[in-house]
Amino acid sequence: MTRTHITCTINGDEVEFLCDQDETLLDALRDEVGLTGVKEGCGTGDCGACSVLLDGRVTCACLVFAPEVDGTTMVTVEGLAEAGQLHPLQQCFLEGAALQCGVCTPGFLVAAKALLDRNPDPTETEVRYALAGNLCRCTGYDKIIRAVLDAAADMQTATNGGSTAATTA
Amino acid sequence: MDYLSPVSVEEATTMLSQTPDARVFAGATDVIPQLRAGRPEPQALVDLKGIERLMALSQSDGSWTIGAAVPTVRLTESAELRAEFPGLVEAVGLIGSDQIQSRCSLGGNLCNASPAADSVPAMIVNGMRAVVASGSGTRTVPVADIVTGPGSTSLAQGEFVVEFELDRPPANTGDAYLRMTPRTEMDIAIVGASARLTLDDGVCTAATIALGAVAPTAVRVPDAEAALVGRPIDDEALAAVAAAASEACNPIDDKRGTIAYRRQVAGVLARRAVATAAERASGRETGEHRDGASQ
Ligand SMILES: Cc1cc2nc3c(=O)[nH]c(=O)nc-3n(C[C@H](O)[C@H](O)[C@H](O)COP(=O)(O)OP(=O)(O)OC[C@H]3O[C@@H](n4cnc5c(N)ncnc54)[C@H](O)[C@@H]3O)c2cc1C
Ligand code: FES
Ligand code: FES
Repeated sequence: MTRTHITCTINGDEVEFLCDQDETLLDALRDEVGLTGVKEGCGTGDCGACSVLLDGRVTCACLVFAPEVDGTTMVTVEGLAEAGQLHPLQQCFLEGAALQCGVCTPGFLVAAKALLDRNPDPTETEVRYALAGNLCRCTGYDKIIRAVLDAAADMQTATNGGSTAATTA
Repeated sequence: MDYLSPVSVEEATTMLSQTPDARVFAGATDVIPQLRAGRPEPQALVDLKGIERLMALSQSDGSWTIGAAVPTVRLTESAELRAEFPGLVEAVGLIGSDQIQSRCSLGGNLCNASPAADSVPAMIVNGMRAVVASGSGTRTVPVADIVTGPGSTSLAQGEFVVEFELDRPPANTGDAYLRMTPRTEMDIAIVGASARLTLDDGVCTAATIALGAVAPTAVRVPDAEAALVGRPIDDEALAAVAAAASEACNPIDDKRGTIAYRRQVAGVLARRAVATAAERASGRETGEHRDGASQ
């Protein structure tokens, strides 16, 4: 089968790669681009471990065909930290012990970033609904939800203090 | 498997006629899990999202046009659509997670032909029509006539849905959709119920009611509709709706619910959906409905 040439923007960099026509975006990101932060938990859209922002929308990379992303802009977990500074979400996950094995963490971080990008001050209920597509089999959800709420609060403080803690994709 | 990305309806119909074993897709949220589960691979996958008309959402004086491949997040984000069709928007808002809604479409939800597809009862009660394209042009079909059984549709080989037409509602009209799932989020309906009512001074002048997940396809419930038209929406009318909805079911027994349970829940949800639609039609929504949306 002829391989397809893809050009796209990932985490701010222009990226080119070759993929098979029936390859998923998840496999292409891991195997062709070398971004292994994106995880496969189920491969069927149920667990959210493969979440990426595709043109600003949170999406399961396992449910996208790699040839579809030609010309798109993506953010993966590798794009959250900036200039060596962890994103407030990452900092709060660390401080709040919101991970154990960590397989689900990149997906939670990306889905939480999508939420905070459109709703910087969510309620606990809004966080729970926004993360309903992400499963964690070890940590339990309370610490994760609390970490997201803490990050939102930190980012609000930073914004109100005059600096911007996060940029949008 | 080849990936094809046509940019016009004509190009797509040509591709589909040249490759009989091709399958169209929009969000691929049903297609990829099915391929993974071992469904035979088609020769080609035709991505409909590159066609502008399938990705357009527009309104005119008389109607809405919703592209068949529009990701449903764009419908839930539309305040205007939600104001006119809160029931339709709450139905699509129940599909999967945010990740799924970034991709999944009305065309895919309908043409996947699952009896439990959440948007279908809401599309039916609102009288939506599908514009279907093939090599010989387009035809317009009521949404209710597309699905013929689990996994099967009335679309001929090479035909696909381009867009949906949705007439703006008459004054004093309201719609609602409710589903029962074991989990609040990320679960498949045991029963779904949608209702749309038009009221004139408290008296019902038009009613449509449809159920999902209780028969091989979504079903209209004409006896429940007849029990409402010409009457006020009182306890007696609501009891008649519940009885007719339970009667209209032809459900299956499975791990998620028995036949008797599905019948009873169908009656309860139909009654509640009618009550909410009536409140919306009369502009007296209490807001209690949200909490009952799934439990
Ligand atoms: C984790 C998860 C949760 C889900 N939860 C729900 C839920 O709560 N409720 C629910 O109803 N569904 C649910 N689904 C199923 C699925 O997301 C929906 O059915 C969705 O609307 C399908 O849309 P799509 O665009 O992704 O379809 P696709 O996968 O692209 O296509 C589905 C089918 O329709 C055909 N098709 C697509 N577009 C057209 C067209 N324009 N014309 C003709 N045929 C077409 C395809 O050939 C295919 O057979 C869930 C799926 C997943 C993975
Ligand atoms: S791997 Fe994509 S949702 Fe689980
Ligand atoms: S930390 Fe192990 S799955 Fe969430």
